[in-house]
Amino acid sequence: MIVRLRNVDKVYSNGVMALHGLDLDVGEGEFLSLLGPSGCGKSTVLRLVAGLGEVSRGRIEWSSAGAPGQPHGDIGFVFQEATLMPWATVWKNVLLPLKLRGLAPHESEPRVREAIAMVGLDGFEQAYPRELSGGMKMRVSIARALVTRPRLLLMDEPFASLDEITRFKLDNDLLALWARQRWTVVFVTHSVYESVYLSTRIAIMTARPGRTAGEVAIEGPALRDESFRTSPLYNEYCRNVSARLAEAGRA
Amino acid sequence: MSSIPSVGPEGAAGGVEMRDLEAARAGAAAARPRRQRLWRIVRLVVPPAGVGMAGLAAWEAVVRLYQIPPYILPGPLLVVRTLVKDWGTLYPSLLVTLAIAGAALLVATVAGVMIAILFTQSRWIELSLFPYAVILQVTPIVAIAPLIIIWVKSIPVALLICAWLVAFFPIVSNTTLGLNSADHNLLNLFQLYGASRWQVFWHLRLPSAMPYFLGGLRISGGLALIGAVVAEFVAGTGGTQSGLAYRVLESGYTMQIPRMFAALFMITCTGVLIFSVLTALSHLLLRKWHESAAERES
Repeated sequence: MIVRLRNVDKVYSNGVMALHGLDLDVGEGEFLSLLGPSGCGKSTVLRLVAGLGEVSRGRIEWSSAGAPGQPHGDIGFVFQEATLMPWATVWKNVLLPLKLRGLAPHESEPRVREAIAMVGLDGFEQAYPRELSGGMKMRVSIARALVTRPRLLLMDEPFASLDEITRFKLDNDLLALWARQRWTVVFVTHSVYESVYLSTRIAIMTARPGRTAGEVAIEGPALRDESFRTSPLYNEYCRNVSARLAEAGRA
Repeated sequence: MSSIPSVGPEGAAGGVEMRDLEAARAGAAAARPRRQRLWRIVRLVVPPAGVGMAGLAAWEAVVRLYQIPPYILPGPLLVVRTLVKDWGTLYPSLLVTLAIAGAALLVATVAGVMIAILFTQSRWIELSLFPYAVILQVTPIVAIAPLIIIWVKSIPVALLICAWLVAFFPIVSNTTLGLNSADHNLLNLFQLYGASRWQVFWHLRLPSAMPYFLGGLRISGGLALIGAVVAEFVAGTGGTQSGLAYRVLESGYTMQIPRMFAALFMITCTGVLIFSVLTALSHLLLRKWHESAAERES
């Protein structure tokens, strides 16, 4: 177990209750998807885990000794938009987290190079974000999240604004990276198909105020590829998860 | 750690993104032909220059045709001749005006950015002080210039204060807006990585504010000149010989209308020059990344 949310409520200052009595366990090395209807508080869960907001009630427990209160060091965050600094090159965007932590250039350089290579953008180090396509910008955003070698990678509908072809490609690349590095991933999505394709486990959330309404473990092949997308097993999971999601919606 | 394979298992899925990558690589490598750039400059310069020449020719023609005396309206050729003849008097005046406008712009920039930074430190500071910045801006400078000239002994300093009062507001207002315009997700990201207040300011707020600041600077450049000229007019009535505005006044008193036009022409040229320099600076700083300056792909 890496992090555990217990009976968490989140009420925003405008009185909106985003989460109510949410329980969630995130296991070491798993690829967990949070699946739920739009506005059910999925992103709020990520923000709370990242330390970008305070819980209104309940608690968030971290496993490792140094973690509680200071989870930042171990977390990478990928937003729905690429959220790059438009005035900085790909290199400087990826370098940012290390720079903010005051790493010396001789330490940070190889790590930035490695992160850029991992997302397949070598050769684009000196390009500016406006010169890149949507998919490439998202790759930069992922490289920036990976450059700190995080234990926990939080992804907030990262591919939602991309076209399907690019999304499929990035799904595959993300899975390949995860298979190699085995960080823990919490992936927020509202796509049943995407969550089944990527995850080892799916937590289904109810409409607002959000809480977890059930879980589905996906026992797919270890290294998934496009053949999994067309397999009967995949279709079966999609049908099952869709039914659970509809059930959660009625609850 | 090794690189992930970039080609997807299904041709279609991998193909498009890869073509995307290759196209962008090729685009980055290709240099823009020099002839195209030259053509763009020609397109930028020739139309306004043509309109200007036609206007001047019409002006000269009207003056000659109706035999308008030079003390009513001198033709452009006479103005140019006067400009050359009186260069020895006009040029030192130009330097005086330029020095005051330049110094006022410099002080307005430094003080304006510092005031904007102060405003963004706390909402209370901004709310408490911003109305006074507005009051300073909307009070007509001609109304307070005489007071400043009475209070401040040194005339150049008094002129500088007047020009500064006119010039500083666009920089304060624009830079404040820019500093507050940093992307909220990027602010979250900086928080996530434990950035200090100073790091957020230096790496995020300041670059976010740059296009706004440069927009304000361009407006302030022209205003600094206007402020300097207006202040000179006011001071000039007190008998101080100084910049181009005084030359305009003096020429009016002595009915040397061609010289008045020559001085006016120099003031206009100075304004255009200041604007051009600041536009070039803005372009230079933003051309790599900001939509206002970057070239659009065709």
